[in-house]
Amino acid sequence: MIRSANMIIKNGYVFDPLNGLDGEVMDLFIRDGRVVGDLRAREMRDAKVIDASGKTVMAGGVDSHAHVAGAKVNAGRLMRPEDHYRSVRERTRLTHSGSGYTTPSVYKQGYDYVAMGYTTVFEGAMPPLEARHTHEEMRATPILDMGAYLVLGNNWFIMRYLKEGDIEKAAAYAAWMLRTHKGYGIKCVNPAGVENWGWAKNVAGLDEPNIHFEVTPREVIRGLAEVNEMLGLPMSLHLHANNLGHPGNWETARDSLMIPSGLAPADRSIVDWPETKLDCRRRQTVYLAHAQFNAYGGTSWRDFSSGVPELARYINQTEDVVIDSGSVPFGPATTMTGDGPAQHDLYVITGQKWSNTDVEMECGSGVLPFLFLKTSPVHSVQWAIGLEVLLLIDDPWKTIMTTDHPNGGVFTRYPDLIAWLMSKRARDETARECNKWAYDRSSLGGVDREISLYEVAVITRANPARTIGIAHRKGHLGPGADGDVTIYDLDPTGLNSNDPSAIRTAFGRPEYTVKDGRIVARRGEIVAVPEGRRFYTTPYVDEDHELEMMADVKEWFKYYTVGFANYPVPERYMKNPTPIAVNRPLEAVVRR
Amino acid sequence: MTFKNIICPVCGASCDDIQVEIAGGGIRVKNACRMGNAKFQEISSPHRIREPMIRDGGRMRAASFDEAVDRAASILVEAKRPLIFMGCETSSEAMEVGLHLGEHLGAVVDSNSTVCHGPTAMGIQEAGRVGATAGQAKSRADLAVYWGSNPLESMPRHMSRYAVFPRGHWTRRGRFDRTVITVDPRRTITAENSDLHIQLKPNTDYELISALLTLLHGKRPHDSVEEITGISISRMEEMLEMMKSSNFGVIYVGLGIASSYGKHRNAEAAFNLVKELNATTKFVIGALRGHCNVAGFNQIASYLYGYPFGLDFSRGYPRYNPGEFTAVDLLREKDVDAALIVSADLVSHFPADCAEYLAEIPVACIEIAPTPTTMISDVIIPGVIDAMECDGTFYRLDDVPIYFRPFTTSPFSFTESNEDTMRRIFDRTRDSLKSSNLAEE
Ligand code: SF4
Repeated sequence: MIRSANMIIKNGYVFDPLNGLDGEVMDLFIRDGRVVGDLRAREMRDAKVIDASGKTVMAGGVDSHAHVAGAKVNAGRLMRPEDHYRSVRERTRLTHSGSGYTTPSVYKQGYDYVAMGYTTVFEGAMPPLEARHTHEEMRATPILDMGAYLVLGNNWFIMRYLKEGDIEKAAAYAAWMLRTHKGYGIKCVNPAGVENWGWAKNVAGLDEPNIHFEVTPREVIRGLAEVNEMLGLPMSLHLHANNLGHPGNWETARDSLMIPSGLAPADRSIVDWPETKLDCRRRQTVYLAHAQFNAYGGTSWRDFSSGVPELARYINQTEDVVIDSGSVPFGPATTMTGDGPAQHDLYVITGQKWSNTDVEMECGSGVLPFLFLKTSPVHSVQWAIGLEVLLLIDDPWKTIMTTDHPNGGVFTRYPDLIAWLMSKRARDETARECNKWAYDRSSLGGVDREISLYEVAVITRANPARTIGIAHRKGHLGPGADGDVTIYDLDPTGLNSNDPSAIRTAFGRPEYTVKDGRIVARRGEIVAVPEGRRFYTTPYVDEDHELEMMADVKEWFKYYTVGFANYPVPERYMKNPTPIAVNRPLEAVVRR
Repeated sequence: MTFKNIICPVCGASCDDIQVEIAGGGIRVKNACRMGNAKFQEISSPHRIREPMIRDGGRMRAASFDEAVDRAASILVEAKRPLIFMGCETSSEAMEVGLHLGEHLGAVVDSNSTVCHGPTAMGIQEAGRVGATAGQAKSRADLAVYWGSNPLESMPRHMSRYAVFPRGHWTRRGRFDRTVITVDPRRTITAENSDLHIQLKPNTDYELISALLTLLHGKRPHDSVEEITGISISRMEEMLEMMKSSNFGVIYVGLGIASSYGKHRNAEAAFNLVKELNATTKFVIGALRGHCNVAGFNQIASYLYGYPFGLDFSRGYPRYNPGEFTAVDLLREKDVDAALIVSADLVSHFPADCAEYLAEIPVACIEIAPTPTTMISDVIIPGVIDAMECDGTFYRLDDVPIYFRPFTTSPFSFTESNEDTMRRIFDRTRDSLKSSNLAEE
């Protein structure tokens, strides 16, 4: 059970984009952990009151893409003691100890997110066979509400069904997998390419069929996007595009984003939709992960440049797309992705220690330590690209701020990103410190845009929540929303974009982080440790149809090394399991 | 009653297809190998420890569970620096409690890795590890290299379930689609059943791996390597050619690598060889883990606190330094003053001076049957057999977590599982720490 309470947050400047609030001074009321319009007199008396006068109030932060739980994250922890010696957390009466900077252990990681004002975090990639591991780590993570996206882009069953053109069976399979492994949405990593990595190969273009299964990246992207809308999942297809990390790959990214166009977004979650000013359902049909790694220009590392202007041009004229940035704040990182061949390429370039795990019949992953240096020409351009993707795309509702933690950098650097986005001066200062390629090989130097606090609220809570379809309870502060609130010591009337360090400090250490109506952190210190929820979806599909699909699954299951009976994730691996039913039986997928 | 899909709690293969039939007080087991079968028979063994015991005036006597838990807790609380040793034949859930307890007490928490694949983990920390889940080999691998490992004796179903005999998607003819190389100074039964046996001199793994790496890079190693390893360069070339021309190769390293001269440097070199091979063809490497949940402790400890084994909490945060905070070294240096040992027989498996020291300090243990370790213990609490009598998680040799459901329940009224027992000890230490803190105030 999640304990919750009544609370009044008084007189703060409230930034709540989904409800159209742009710094209005007002009181917020929370009853039993949920935001309400007001409290009864009796409830007022025993409610906890926070005076937020002169402060900035936003919904709790939502990270829609980070690598925080599961086998590959732990491979990073295991292989990097040097990352752990340097960064430790002592235990307190209330909290556990921990260690790790770019790959923190789960307690430390949970506390660090909460101390920074984030209350909801989604794991970017959960391999089905290792889903129990991801859930174990999430179960051990304190305070945060969480969920994980299931990796399906190189799954044998999906590839087989798509090759046969049987999209309904693919949908039935995806639905069964989400229920079986308690996954939240569909993630697709280097479609068709990771299967080839089973033979130490990759695919070169969107229309190259892979070995044996003979499906192309294009077919997988289109197929899974259709499956996604057929099932009516809360999140759209979440895509890690092909050709990641290579010069000139912006075109692959653009072409990939065009593939689902024409589909209509159809979130059929069965939830209580609140009455927000803006529609809190997603508009997009494809959500591109860590755009920075897919927005490169040039043809080699010698003529490497930003490809963002071209990529942004496409995104600016379509409504189908949301991206998260995967920005690079410089400093230590640990690259980790489901994209095995991309990590091998990075190994060839860097000669670093490198771990890889291919997962039978499903997917793969790779992990490699990395250090982004201001002195490096290429890294400097990557820094610029990570900001350009957020500044050149005009509509903030198409973007989400991340570092693709810990790939571009650590999530605790988010305040630096906010400062660069809000302050041209901050960008210019950094550009002077780093290699001149930063401005020479990108358009960032000519960008005057400085985003507002309202836009910060869009890209750090409202839009991540909406994009992944959890905005019925997260990312806003209207009645019905969870009582997750962050109060920053920042007076918007005195905001000075020429003082980036004040911005960094305010966002790095909020006055209060409130979760379900309880104060969980105060000026960086954890003061309560409630357990969070684990979200997953349970899409319904026509039963006959599911039976037919199951027959195939059972037949092919012989290639696994676990038995069919031991494949699913039982609920005991979750704390506060919170299933979201999707697709009423009437609307269910039926054979055309 | 017949139970299907039961997990075997013996070796790292975590076979999940065991059938158990219980009839007339006996137990019949299908699909398990002889090692597994023997363990299943233990459930009704007359040797089983059935009641808690504590040492009283130098002699062991039966005690109530609460009394035993109390005594275990006070041993831990009264110690300046206790050692908690979580053996690998218990669930990850019990290990988690052990780690929490260690953090709470400021203790050192270690597991079997420290004496088996610890050097392999340290090799990973030097080089990374390119691996795959077992099913990749089952479906794709046409070459298996057993390096310093002897699965036919240590993991009897490894070859048949995962690596050599199974008919996978691209390996329809099983053994006929595969080549097997064994690298081992001894002519083991695995070596006898291989297509190529590289019988190197003992303790020359590092030199042999380095020579292969040199050849892979297109250079010729110094001639002295033939004398050192006892393998001719042309033989090495033959082996490397087999590796390079495979479509999917796997190396399974065993303790022959982790325990011979060079230790973690051997593992590191092997990992580097495999990394480099991936420029030519698909190659992965993994460890054959002798006990069911060795991998589990590495995983759990890494995600809870950041290090895979040998965690010291004496400063209030986790520290890691193999050789300093690892069980053997702490005992040898007499750096701990009490121990809680769960499902492990340290007295038999640790060096003699460690075992002697263990006999001097207060020790509590949780164990299924009498061992030399229970003989030196001051508290013995009966162990529950994971995967047979309670549910939980094991991490398989390839780090895939396996959830096990029991086919019967704990034979004891006082505890459901080792996890349960550990929690009771933890709660008790909390109570007594609280009261002693109060006394100080
Ligand atoms: S191979 Fe190992 S896990 Fe499988 S039955 Fe034998 S002892 Fe048990």
